[in-house]
Amino acid sequence: MESVLGRYRNLIILVGVLFLQVLGLAVQVKRSADAQHTRLIRIWAVDAITPLERVLVRVQEGANNLWHNYFFLRGVRAENRDLKQQIQQMRLEQVRLSEDAAQAHRLQSLLAFKEQVVMKTIPAQVIGSSGSDLSRSVYIDKGSNQSIAPDMPVITAGGIVGKVLRVYPSTSLVLMINDQSSGVGVLLEKSRLQGVLRGTSDGELILERVMSDEQVAPGDTVLSSGGDQIFPKGFPVGTVSKVNPGKELFLNIKVRPAADLSRLEEVLVVTEKQEQQSVAQTGVKVRAADILSQRLPSVPDKPVTVPGAPATGKPVAVEPGQVLGGTAKPRPNGVIQSEPRLGAGANLAAGVPARTAPVRLAPASTTAASPVVESGDAGVRPSTGSNSTPKSAPDKPTAVPVKPITQSSPQPAITEDKPQ
Amino acid sequence: MPITYTSGEQIEVYRFSLPVTVGVPLIALFLQAFLPRRIFSIFDLPLLVTIFFAMARRNPISGLLTGAAIGLAQDMLGPYPIGIYGIAKTVVGYGASSLGAKLDVENAGARLLVTLAFYLVHQAVFFTVARGMVNLTLNWSWSHGILAGLANGIVGMVLYFVLDKFKQRT
Repeated sequence: MESVLGRYRNLIILVGVLFLQVLGLAVQVKRSADAQHTRLIRIWAVDAITPLERVLVRVQEGANNLWHNYFFLRGVRAENRDLKQQIQQMRLEQVRLSEDAAQAHRLQSLLAFKEQVVMKTIPAQVIGSSGSDLSRSVYIDKGSNQSIAPDMPVITAGGIVGKVLRVYPSTSLVLMINDQSSGVGVLLEKSRLQGVLRGTSDGELILERVMSDEQVAPGDTVLSSGGDQIFPKGFPVGTVSKVNPGKELFLNIKVRPAADLSRLEEVLVVTEKQEQQSVAQTGVKVRAADILSQRLPSVPDKPVTVPGAPATGKPVAVEPGQVLGGTAKPRPNGVIQSEPRLGAGANLAAGVPARTAPVRLAPASTTAASPVVESGDAGVRPSTGSNSTPKSAPDKPTAVPVKPITQSSPQPAITEDKPQ
Repeated sequence: MPITYTSGEQIEVYRFSLPVTVGVPLIALFLQAFLPRRIFSIFDLPLLVTIFFAMARRNPISGLLTGAAIGLAQDMLGPYPIGIYGIAKTVVGYGASSLGAKLDVENAGARLLVTLAFYLVHQAVFFTVARGMVNLTLNWSWSHGILAGLANGIVGMVLYFVLDKFKQRT
């Protein structure tokens, strides 16, 4: 018996161990059918393992934190620096793109303006200013190499900017209209009052030579009159911002420039002016004298004695602006119309483009009985004398041939207020 | 595959220190419970430890007791009734120690095949007990069983190589 047990000892022990486990399983299966409860031995086992697991988990978390918050962050500083640089570059890029977009918008409006304007222009970029606080001038990137000449008008889509003062091979100095030495012949759009627009030391624009009894209101549009023979006629110059009584019966009118003179970037240099369609080209029979007669219905005709007329003893009424020696025909409205034989008629006959200009009487300070025709084109200054026989009116036709701007300085329209 | 038959006198029997005897199975149980199930569920580290100790000691009683203890401990941490893994690992421990007493399975190839075979035996006993006694609904897949056996064999080769360092000659 002992030999049998010794011989199969291992097997017997195996069977015994298996039997015990099967017995335990059977007990568990039977009890699990009765009630579900956690066995104490499981609790012990779990209690023995879970602290170790908890420690290991904490170690693992610590290792992860150490890795992610320290070792892994070794390159974070450099990465942060790179990201900051990237942000800076992106900001610069954003600014550049914004500038490009704004520039494109401006150029688009400038191009649209250029397409509308019948004149030859050269676009230019403002590259700097004079650097002086007292002067209002800017440099543009176009010069004599691009056929830029002095006294060429410089405009934007908004309005007149100034004129070319000095020309260099590749750059030009532009004197803006708000410079103290600048002067622009202008007129008010509604009332057609003419005046001279000057700059002040503060960079503001003052409209001079407008009598105090004229009706000028803030908001009135100021256009170029063309009388200075530099700026094309009819271009927006600005709007009246403030009207105050000035010295010597003149109004002190402040004008807000139409062009943003403080933020100039792209401008157009007018190299060749093509003024408004002439009478000969349009075929519309409207003359300055007609306009004048329509605008002055209350001005009484002043009989003057025409030299060389037959000595009938009867005065002959001559319309202001009538060219001496011309024929005078009565108009249907009772106004005598003069037809000059020379001047505009001659130019039109020669086929030279001429422009029409608004003609008005001088301010009320002049003698009412002797109105003086003032033509913006001719640049006739208002005459205040009672014996003001027009000196230049008979000689200056209301239609002036267009003259391309050349290197030679044009004749200033207002001799005493010659723009610098 | 060099599985050589040797006489009992030629086979060396090893023993292990108490820390290794207790600590290695506990670590295996702990890792089995701690390591992510999705990746390491295919491995049965307590089974590999059971096979290693059983083959190294070459004592069937020691082997079956080691298997029973490790299996019961594994049962305690698992959801099934206590004894399923215990019975399976008892059988494996007994078989591995009996095989180790007759065969020299010291090389890697023999260990791979022995591990694969005992893994299948373990699974067979486990499924038998689980289905037959506990009435658990477990599905058996031969492909999965063989792949898992090969995977455990490969891991076992590495593990046995490490645990060989703790062997002590009797």
